[in-house]
This record gives sequence, C-alpha cells and structure tokens, in this order.
Amino acid sequence: MSDIIRRDPRREWIARNRLHPLHDSVANAVQGEVRGPSGLLRKNPHQVGFIGPNGLKRIDRLKGNAVVGVGNKRSAANQEAVLPLHKVDNPDFYIVVVPDMVGGRLSGHDKDILGLAHTMVSTIEGNGAVVAVCFGESKETHYDLAGVDRLIHLSASEYEGFAPEARLTALTHIEAQLAPKHWLFPDSIHGGSDLGSRLAARLGERPAAQAWQVSGEQTVCRGGGGSLDISRQTPRILMLLEECGEAIDETRHEALAIEVDGISVSEPALQDKGLMDVDPSAIPLAEAEFILSAGNGIHNWDQFHKVATVLGATEGASRVAVDDGFMPRFRQVGATGTWVTARVYLAVGISGAIQHMQGIGQCDKVVAINTDAGCDMVKRAALSVIGDSEDILAELMLLAQARKKGSQEEQSDAA
Amino acid sequence: MQPNVVSLISIGRHPQSGRARRAEQDGRGVELGLKLAGEKLSVLHVGNPEEPVLRQYAGMGLPAMTVLKQDETADAVPALSDYLQQEKIDIVLTGVRSESGESSGMVPYLLAEKLGWPVVARVADIVSIKDGVAEVLLALPRGQRRSVTVKLPFIASVDNAAAPARQSAFGPGQRVRMESVNTHGEVDQIRVDWQEAPAKPRPKRLKTVKAKTAADRFKAATAKPQGGSGKVMKNESAAEKAKAIFDLLIEENVIR
Repeated sequence: MSDIIRRDPRREWIARNRLHPLHDSVANAVQGEVRGPSGLLRKNPHQVGFIGPNGLKRIDRLKGNAVVGVGNKRSAANQEAVLPLHKVDNPDFYIVVVPDMVGGRLSGHDKDILGLAHTMVSTIEGNGAVVAVCFGESKETHYDLAGVDRLIHLSASEYEGFAPEARLTALTHIEAQLAPKHWLFPDSIHGGSDLGSRLAARLGERPAAQAWQVSGEQTVCRGGGGSLDISRQTPRILMLLEECGEAIDETRHEALAIEVDGISVSEPALQDKGLMDVDPSAIPLAEAEFILSAGNGIHNWDQFHKVATVLGATEGASRVAVDDGFMPRFRQVGATGTWVTARVYLAVGISGAIQHMQGIGQCDKVVAINTDAGCDMVKRAALSVIGDSEDILAELMLLAQARKKGSQEEQSDAA
Repeated sequence: MQPNVVSLISIGRHPQSGRARRAEQDGRGVELGLKLAGEKLSVLHVGNPEEPVLRQYAGMGLPAMTVLKQDETADAVPALSDYLQQEKIDIVLTGVRSESGESSGMVPYLLAEKLGWPVVARVADIVSIKDGVAEVLLALPRGQRRSVTVKLPFIASVDNAAAPARQSAFGPGQRVRMESVNTHGEVDQIRVDWQEAPAKPRPKRLKTVKAKTAADRFKAATAKPQGGSGKVMKNESAAEKAKAIFDLLIEENVIR
C-alpha cells in the first residue's frame, strides 16, 4: 500500500462539530493511538474520564487507588486482597527449615531462610515442598504467609527451652521419614547453628556454615574468620547468615501439618538448670532486652534508679539527661549514643527527638510515659500513658514489689 | 581432685591486619583451662610445631604443650580423636569457630560424635566440678546466662563471653617444652575442589517498594513509617495506668 495519508474532509468536519447528529459515532470510531501529521501522539481530551453523579466530568488519575472516605472504611477492610495460594500436592522432595523461633515467633532471619528455601525449590527439578520444624510452644499465627508448605510442630515438654539433644533425636527421625534434599538452619546464636552442627555430625554430612549466597548448585560461604569467601557445591546441610534470601510476600502457603511418630527421647546428658539472674546494669546497652530510659521529664532520679532495679531493667537515657549530668555518657540512647535492640523499651519523659527515634528503630514494643499527648514518642509507642511520671513510676514500683513478694511466698510455701 | 583438662588451640588471624595471632576464643579456652586445672592443663595443637604463635599461648604460663605434627591441608579431626582416645581426659575445651581455614565450628561436634561424649556449646564459665558432674554456665544472646549440669567427660566450646585470656609473657613462651608427635593425616579431599577468594562485602538489602501506582510510591517514600496505632491512656488513674504497663511487661515476658 502507499504511504499517502488519505483524508476524509467530511468525517473530519463531523468530528469537529460536536453538535452534528453523527458526531458520537465518528468520534468513537477512532480507536487505538492516533498520530498527527508530524508523528506526535494525539489524545482526545473529550474521551477521558466519565460524567460524575452531579453532571461534572471526573478524571480518575489514581487508577482505582484513591483513599477511601471515612464512611467506606468497612468495605475497604473487606476488600483486602487475598494472596494467591501456592499448593504443593504429592511433593517429589522436601527442603526442611528449622527456624529459631525466638520468643515463639518466626524471626526475620527465619523468614529469609524460608524464602530462600522456595528459591532453591524453584531451581531444582520436580515439585518440592518447604517443611518447617518448630519446637516448643509457638505463638506464630502466620506460617502460611511466611512460606511454610508443611509444618512439623513438636510441642511436647521435652523440647521446651534448652533441649538440643531431644531436638537432635527428633531431627534424625524426620531425616528417616522424609529424607529431605536439604536441611537449612539459621547460623545464629539462638541455637540454630548448634542444632545444625549436631545434625551434621550425627549424619556424617559436611555442612556449609555461614553461607550467604546459595543456589541449587553453588554456595558461597564465609570462612577464615570472615576473611574468605569459599565457593563450593551446595551441600545437604546449610547454616545460613542473615539476609541470605528474600522473605515470601506475594503468596500464601498451605502449612499442612505432618505427623512424626515414634520419637523416643532418652535422658539428656545436658540437664537444664534454668536461666541465671544477671545483673541488668552489667548487660551492654546495645544488647539489653528490656530498657528503662529516662529523659528530660524525670525529676526524681533516686526513684528512677530504684524502679530500674526493681523491674530488672537496663537503664538508658536521652541526650538531655546525659548532657545535664544525671546519667553517664555510655547510657545514652540514640544516633550519637547507642543503637539499641531491646524487645521492650520503656521511655519515661522522653518526647522523642528524631535522633533518639533512630536509636530505638529496632525495638519491638515501645511504652511511653509522658505529659504531652502529642509528642513523637507517643505516636511511635504501642502503649502510651499520659500523666506525671513520678506518680506512675511509684505505682509501678508497688506492683513490681507486690509481685516479687508473692513469688517469694510461693517459693517458701513450696519449701 | 583436679580434672584432666585439654585445651585445643589453633592459629588465629587478626581481623584488621590479617597477621597470625593467638586466637580470641582459644585464648579464652586456655584461660578457662588454667582456672580449672592450673599447671596440669594440657594444651594440644594440630599442625606445624615451628609456628611462632604457639609461643604466645605458652607465654600464658604453660610449662609444656603437645603438637600433633601434620600438614596444613590435612584434616585435624582424626588425629585429634585418636590422641584424645588414648589419654584419660575429663574436659576438652575448644573455641566456637576457628579464625582460619573453613571456620565451620564443626570440630567439637565431630570429636564428640567420634568419642561419644556430650558437647556443650558456647560456654561462658565452668563453675564447679563435683562427683564427676560439672556445672556449666552457657552464654546466651542479650547477655543472659543458662546454668547446665553435665557428666564428665565432655567437650565444651568457649564463647567470647568467657573470661579474657591473660597477657602473654615472651620469655616463658620461648622456654616452653614442646612435645611433637608425628601423625599421618589424610588430605582433606572435599576441600580441594573449593575456590577461595577474599571476602566481598555483602550487599546491603535495599528497601523495595512494591507499589503499583505513582501515588503509592509517593506515599511510601514520604510517609512516616509508624501510623501511631498504639493505645493511649489519658484520663485513668495513675494506678490503672501503671497496671496497664505492668501487664504489658509481663505479657512480653521481661519481668521474671
């Protein structure tokens, strides 16, 4: 065909004349992109949008993502997208992940490893399922969203707390039952590395410790005290560093329970005698679990120190409290002080400067006691209490003392 | 009665300079061994007896040390387990992870499996030994300690939380009685195929925003991360407020 553009003057005339009876049909007939004589893309602004309920033209530029008004809140909650379900029927092989479950929940490290297990499954031929083995009491409710296809939950009392030998026995049973293609452990001080090493020694496998780049064939792990990268064939047992994979976030998984029977746990050689009482002020601030932190709002410092001892909390302070000389410099929390990782952070009289908020970025639960309800710390906190800190700390101390007394009486009754 | 304690030592590597040194955790292992057995502590190394770093360990006050002479490419575990089986030993102390070689931290576990002894990982201290039962403190994360009892003999890996190694004296280190035993180690065949390279810095994970529209991306880039969905107590009495905080502390299990 020739490249000459043929024009129809009559159609153009109708298209320009919006009052013409044939205008609608002519205007709508042109579909797809329209190029002008110079090759520019032409858009017809009259065809964009729709006529709203009060007769005005509306153009939705948010593509259906507009903020839903207050009145429609309920319907928005109902519309929450349900992720697609990833199903594995009759799996050809298994990859077993043994998460740490610190505090009974999957940690970020555990989730990364579950995500990595799925990428490994996708590189290996056949359809595989990711099995998670959890010991003891579990508070986790979202195994399905973390990427667990099959779940082995051993909640008997012999696996509770510190029980590496009982857990090892259970893992050897699982090895016999499922014959998994790979065992993945977190290389962590929460027990993952210990359990992985025990299993590797028992099975006579050579594991890869401190692995951080894993594919179906090749594994890169740290060696030589962190100074070497060792590339090797992917072994059966892997102990993985943090951030080794991407956590699952776009699919749901079945989390079907698998029963493991006939585990007979013998008397362990290591007898757990429980946790020791550690002086909380001796724990470095960066790794303390529970921090009681003081700011400008504290006036009775003797009371604050007493409360910290009674609650068994490590003391922290904001920059103001340190600059004013009430607390030593090594107690300062924040960008210029220590970046803390506490699970519970109790901030008394701290309004929350941005430098301080950076320092507590990794804390799970923040509790604020403050007189100002509008401050940043109250916005960040899971529980905020508005009022005078001195009264509340006094009440808190009474509660803690009463509890201590109660537990001591119980002990003396038992004795 | 003093227990028979063996500390296993290895050649360390300074993290910054890369020079050979007394390994951090092995030094702590020797220190713990000296605390338990005093002068009677035996110290064992597998490798080259001419290595000058061994003198740094000896300078901690050791009268003698034993070296199982072996090539660097050989596997240390068979030689160690053969040697340990011959002697009458109560406690074997190692570091958690070596500072050179594979650093997998498997030595204590492999030895324990071969000898049939229990292994206690990440020991901070051995408090007492009574009637063949040792009370051991384990180092847990966040500065916590767990008390565990275990029957002798056992293998323990010493954590960084244990007492630091004492200063090493040069002169006594030179005068140590070095006993070297010839062993014929087999070359570690699996390791021959591995490729080793200087460690690359690991890539930092980027925060990826999986937003579908420009408005969502804009919101993710500008909005404050916390929405402020916490519970706020304003008009209750001080006792009620304190009770609410106390309940949360108990629920989170931070008060014992």
